[in-house]
Amino acid sequence: MPETLIFYALSGLAIGASALVIGQRNPMYSVLMLIASFGALAGLYIQLDAPFAAVAQIIIYAGAIMVLFLFVVMLLNAPTEDGAEWDRSHPLRQPAVARFGGMLALLLVVQLAWALLRAGGLSGPVAGQGDVAVVSSVRELGRVLFTDYVFAFEATSILILVAMVGAVVLARREGDRP
Amino acid sequence: MELRFLVQLGIIGFTFFMLINASALLVLAERKIMGFMQQRYGPYLVGPHGLLQPLADILKLLMKEELRPKGADKWLFTLAPILSVTAAFAAFAAVPWGAETTFFGLLDDPVGLGVADINVGILVVFAITSMGVYGIVLAGWSSNSKYSLMGGLRASAQMISYELSYATALAAVILLAGSMSLREVVDGQAGTWLGFIPRWYLFLQPVGFIIYVIAGVAETNRAPFDFPEAEQELVAGYNTEYSSVRFALFPQAEYINMTTMSAVATDLYLGGWHGPFLPPEYGWIWFLVKIGAILFAYIWVRWTVPRYRYDQLMQFGWKWLFPASVINLVVTAALVLYFNA
Repeated sequence: MPETLIFYALSGLAIGASALVIGQRNPMYSVLMLIASFGALAGLYIQLDAPFAAVAQIIIYAGAIMVLFLFVVMLLNAPTEDGAEWDRSHPLRQPAVARFGGMLALLLVVQLAWALLRAGGLSGPVAGQGDVAVVSSVRELGRVLFTDYVFAFEATSILILVAMVGAVVLARREGDRP
Repeated sequence: MELRFLVQLGIIGFTFFMLINASALLVLAERKIMGFMQQRYGPYLVGPHGLLQPLADILKLLMKEELRPKGADKWLFTLAPILSVTAAFAAFAAVPWGAETTFFGLLDDPVGLGVADINVGILVVFAITSMGVYGIVLAGWSSNSKYSLMGGLRASAQMISYELSYATALAAVILLAGSMSLREVVDGQAGTWLGFIPRWYLFLQPVGFIIYVIAGVAETNRAPFDFPEAEQELVAGYNTEYSSVRFALFPQAEYINMTTMSAVATDLYLGGWHGPFLPPEYGWIWFLVKIGAILFAYIWVRWTVPRYRYDQLMQFGWKWLFPASVINLVVTAALVLYFNA
């Protein structure tokens, strides 16, 4: 029973923090809420008996990527968003864009409902299926990653590498030394 | 069952108590050693040889008025020091500091000295110490002062640069030990080669140890990498606007982080509680001796080496330390593969 309670507490924290990321206007608080959300997700991974995934989540997302986010927000010293984007001429307020966004939101709701129905309603934590038990240890995780899923793994690495090269190219000004 | 639970609670409380003591004693040790290196006495008026000086310092800080700048962010300004010190204490939870013992037959099953034995312990320590930077960054941002902001910015940039080399040095040790549990890493270093050389990973990973120590000093924001609070440039950096207890928590977090860093270095490279002459039950004495040696070196470096320039810090981190740690990792992986196959 305490496990179910912890599950709901962590889920509530994750959802609430995620909602606050977009729900309030100070970019600094948005970043902090995102960190809280990642922390709650890490707790959920621990409940799923995947401590490695939980710790990796904290190290990579909460510990490295969000520090970078915070760095950028502080460097730009972004002020609190004001009401500027509410005027009709803003590109995000065009009717076509709004319709497209609405459609995406509807699709997301349908998918969520479908996933929940398939998992047997809101009766409790979704039980682990299939490979979850196999890949819980670090040794097994490494083996599976570099044998069964090696193509996906390498493709992701190349994708990240391309993104990095792209960022360097974009950031380099004309006339800089190569 | 009941007794075991109580004993484990006792170990946790004792660890917490010792960490608080460590931060107080390190303040004194730092001032004494600094005085010695600068050919003066250091504090010597409060208590015998100034031993009670930390108590006087704490009392003074508790009595000071707490100030908060008008433009500061109310919540984050309070949260930042709490976050700092919480992360510092929490990181030590995954560090074992003594062999398994039954307390002279008090317990039926031996219990390990240390708060928690986690099978991904090394990563847990790393994850929690990397959360500690938020305290410094948020302190810098929420103070609404340009010096604090500069300090916070520096802290985040420095942390990202040096965390990478730090993690890569850890990965090499994980490869050697074949385990991510700190207790198993330490037990992999028991015994000797040729009867007199201790089987420490220090001798298998000399480059890794140097990288670990350098990155560790940078991670704990100590001189010569103390950019977030560089007093000649930034007044006091991220903690410029802090006073009283809120201020006191920052140095405390720093000293506890130093202790954790030294304890992890002892576990990973210096054989933890394994040592000659003493029976395993008293291994924690060796552990204390080794931690003390590393902490002394920490203070020694601070008062001997001048601070780098900021661009030198970034150049060194990315162009020297990180490539060196990657080469170290690749060579270690190749050797482990060769000797295990």
